[in-house]
Amino acid sequence: MSLKKLILAGAMTCLMGSVSYAAGCGPEAQSIRVLGSDFPAIQAISGTAKENCGAAAQEFTVTLKDNTRDIMNAALTPNPAEYTSVIVANSTLTQLMNDGLVRPLNDLVEKYGKDLKPNQLIKVDGNIMAVAFMANSQHLFVRKDVLEKVGISQTPKSVEDMIVAAKAIREAGIMEHPLVMNMKVGWNVGEVFNLFYLAHGGEFFKEGTAEPNINNEKALAALEDIKALVEYAHPDHLSQASNETQATWEAGKAALGIMWGSRGGAVLDNEGSTEEVTSNTVLAGAPTVADGSIPAATLWWDGITIAKNVPDAEAEATFAALVSAMTADMVAKHNDDAIWLLDGFKPGPAAAGVTETVVGGAKAYPMVPYINLMHNALGAELVDFLKGSESAEQTLADVEAAYVTSAKEAGFLE
Amino acid sequence: MQHKGKGGKSILRVLAMSLVALWLVIAAFPFLWTIWGSFKVEADFFSKADWANAIYGIYTIRETGGPFTGNGYFGAWIQEEFWRNSLNTLIVVSFTVVISLTFGTLGGYALARSGFRYAFWILMAALVFRAMPHITLVSGYMLPFFEWNIWGILPTTIIVLVAINQPFTLWMLHSFFLNIPKDLDESAMVDGCTRFEAFRHVIVPVMWPGVITTGLFSFLLAYNDFAITTMLLSEENETIIPAIAGFLGTTQVEGNVMFAVAAVVSATAPLFVLVLFFQRQIVSGLTAGAVKG
Amino acid sequence: MTPTLSAMVLFIALPIISVFIQSLHIQHQQVIVVSESCGPFGCTKTTSVDTEATEKLRSEQPLGQFNGFNTYTNRSHLAFAEIVEAWNSMPDTRTFLDRVFNLPFYKALAFTLTYTLVVTPLVILLGLAIAVGVNALPKIIRGPSIFVSLLPFLVTPLVGSLILFWMVDGDGIIGATLQLIFDDPSLSLKASTPLMWIMLMVYGVWHTLPFSFITFYAGLQTVPQNTLEAAMIDGASKWQAMTYVVVPHLMPLVYFVTLMLLMDNFRVFEPIVSFSAQAHAQSLSWIIFNDLREAGNPLFGSAGATSMMTIIGVVILLTPVLIRTWREFNRRVK
Repeated sequence: MSLKKLILAGAMTCLMGSVSYAAGCGPEAQSIRVLGSDFPAIQAISGTAKENCGAAAQEFTVTLKDNTRDIMNAALTPNPAEYTSVIVANSTLTQLMNDGLVRPLNDLVEKYGKDLKPNQLIKVDGNIMAVAFMANSQHLFVRKDVLEKVGISQTPKSVEDMIVAAKAIREAGIMEHPLVMNMKVGWNVGEVFNLFYLAHGGEFFKEGTAEPNINNEKALAALEDIKALVEYAHPDHLSQASNETQATWEAGKAALGIMWGSRGGAVLDNEGSTEEVTSNTVLAGAPTVADGSIPAATLWWDGITIAKNVPDAEAEATFAALVSAMTADMVAKHNDDAIWLLDGFKPGPAAAGVTETVVGGAKAYPMVPYINLMHNALGAELVDFLKGSESAEQTLADVEAAYVTSAKEAGFLE
Repeated sequence: MQHKGKGGKSILRVLAMSLVALWLVIAAFPFLWTIWGSFKVEADFFSKADWANAIYGIYTIRETGGPFTGNGYFGAWIQEEFWRNSLNTLIVVSFTVVISLTFGTLGGYALARSGFRYAFWILMAALVFRAMPHITLVSGYMLPFFEWNIWGILPTTIIVLVAINQPFTLWMLHSFFLNIPKDLDESAMVDGCTRFEAFRHVIVPVMWPGVITTGLFSFLLAYNDFAITTMLLSEENETIIPAIAGFLGTTQVEGNVMFAVAAVVSATAPLFVLVLFFQRQIVSGLTAGAVKG
Repeated sequence: MTPTLSAMVLFIALPIISVFIQSLHIQHQQVIVVSESCGPFGCTKTTSVDTEATEKLRSEQPLGQFNGFNTYTNRSHLAFAEIVEAWNSMPDTRTFLDRVFNLPFYKALAFTLTYTLVVTPLVILLGLAIAVGVNALPKIIRGPSIFVSLLPFLVTPLVGSLILFWMVDGDGIIGATLQLIFDDPSLSLKASTPLMWIMLMVYGVWHTLPFSFITFYAGLQTVPQNTLEAAMIDGASKWQAMTYVVVPHLMPLVYFVTLMLLMDNFRVFEPIVSFSAQAHAQSLSWIIFNDLREAGNPLFGSAGATSMMTIIGVVILLTPVLIRTWREFNRRVK
């Protein structure tokens, strides 16, 4: 089911009035210990779960840390594990699954998940490993007033449109660097490559193996797209991530941007910017490339998992409590905190970009055990090409070599 | 001749003074800038439009109605309960400093006065330990700490910080004790004092500049540490630095940078008092007096 | 003494040994199965780790596969094979060196060494100069000067460098001033490798100067006044008194500060992350960070190998100072 249908369905439920039901909290007097990243959507889910089931539990702790990803594998390895549940995203679920630290949820979903939607269930090889509750992706941000000044009335649909618009803005002398992207070396720049490579239809690995597969025409085309775009980005772009690009945007110093959907709300609110910028900012789907139809974006979800090394009763109570929070009531209270995959979500203007990107058929961030290693190699090696000190072919060869070295060490390649 | 010498001296003096003055400006400016900026909104202090906004507070006036705002402080201390983190830091830092200094003073003195070669090798080993990147150490600790169920609590972190700090403390105090003439305590021992009594009556009164300087650095290490505290403390035990890092946000989600700035300024304020208080001890030149007398 | 030593053994020596052992191993062959994954955005064909089968391999050999020193010589570290290949295939020394410094370890080593060898002497000389300068100030302003001098150390590096990072931005106060001074509106400290290196080193000096300053200042208080006075009576100039009395007296502290600075500078890490300087400057510690944190499932072997080589690097750098300290030590012990 697509997000569009889901959102429509959500809106329908709203019209009919949300149905509240008594939350089932599963086995009583259990210890529930949740670990997650610290952002509003996770605060809402874990907070509501605690409200619902805190009284029935013997202990209910919620730990929200920004470096969840760094500690979660160590925290779940001992038996009993430090936490009964970790809230993860696409890439972090594989990190836990690689070490076999989360349990299949099939029976728990059957028992407590009758109100969950099929598309919330993250299945790997037939087993439900996580239950998603929100979505995120990158997409296009546009200043329509600036585009109108140079005679462009349509929102750019493709990279080519973006370059035409950026060129026109520069030539009209309005902005020297009209474009912002999260190009900071490391994770961010690797992610930008992912966007364009997936949009060109690229595959990261040879099918069914951990052999890298990025030294090809599609990757070269993706690099060309990126190079063509950053031509119009600020010279400092290799040090800019979300905080910097958002600030640049809010200061009115950019007219085209590829940024995170979850930053849309912060851009559009009345803090840190002027009326001129916020009222003219349009959130649109990610651009397509080379006459293709796939938006250059990766789709992300956040969802709950249950630790393997905990007693079954604790696992059951934890699952029941967290699922009890995924209701229309919770969404109604926290509507603008996320792009919810749940009933009752009313997408506001800040959600428009992500919705359009999902409907456009963007690819999900790959859930492959060794994708983190590939992403890391991309993040470290692409910079030589972007600085102009190395050819695209050499850079891609370097990425593959770096990936192969670490994949061998991790045991994915011989 | 004399005249020439005087002229050269005054040029040297002017040079030295201007170097000091320049340094003081460079040292203080970013800090003053931060204090000033902590009363602005993010769009001003981290202005992409014009840095002068940080001085005039264009957006601060627009968003809050006045040129200064306490929103950062309110957000950090009331909304995010930063005082809890401050309390944790107070505990971690004071224990780390006291334990490090106690062991460091005794150990440093023993090493400085022991006539044995192994003292040198102990110091060497301590130094090599120190060369180990902290991040590798911490990653190694994680799993055993979880298995022994001592992850996330303050004592674990304090012990680790003391251990990491010890090579430095030992070496620094050892260096200071070497500087205190041996005759001082040896003459006391000739007078019938035991080694410990000599230490207590002769060394303790003159060791304060060294101990306080070392203490200052142990303090700063524990206070400013990020790599260890962020990995080893659970959320409710977090010290200020990981908490401040938490205010900064992540790639996908906006943080609140001004909370971090306000937190830094207000958490540094106690340091002012501390440094102002102890610096008199450093300045008073106790050792010099002792040597002279 | 004993408790500290045992804490040091337990928390530092043992981990170093285990890190070394780890660096000799790589992970087991992961048993990979082709599978299908489904989520909110549809289903895709993918692979996953057969954890049961992998677990079985792991329990047979808990440390992983023994790999000897191969991790040390692979592409991410000393890269012997790549260097030999480059030597044989490259037409001239220049392209050969280009290839070598394209390898992550050598790229990082180049920056780490430059940083260490530039920042350390600067911090010592300036620290000594300012300590002497402040010591000569009238008592009344001496206190506040010491206090101000300590400020760069008091501000948490995490936020201190964040603020400086913003100040040196093209739109920030320092960046904009530099553009004005050099009359070049496109001047960007963050987009050029040499400028980024200079900026990191300036930050390094700024941040560590208080350490050498306060150590030397405390040392100056212990300078034997009678020797100094005797020297002055004998007609020594201020400068001579400085070089023949004060500096020799401070020598143990100079060695101490040099040791500490060499060690800390060789592990330079925080400014690189805070200044987002990875594009232009990488250090050995940054490589370790990248292997442990950024790689998702951490590469302990790689990180261990780089850590061991960092320690060896520090020991090599310290050797001259250590030999000097050893002699000094023997002299004092006798």
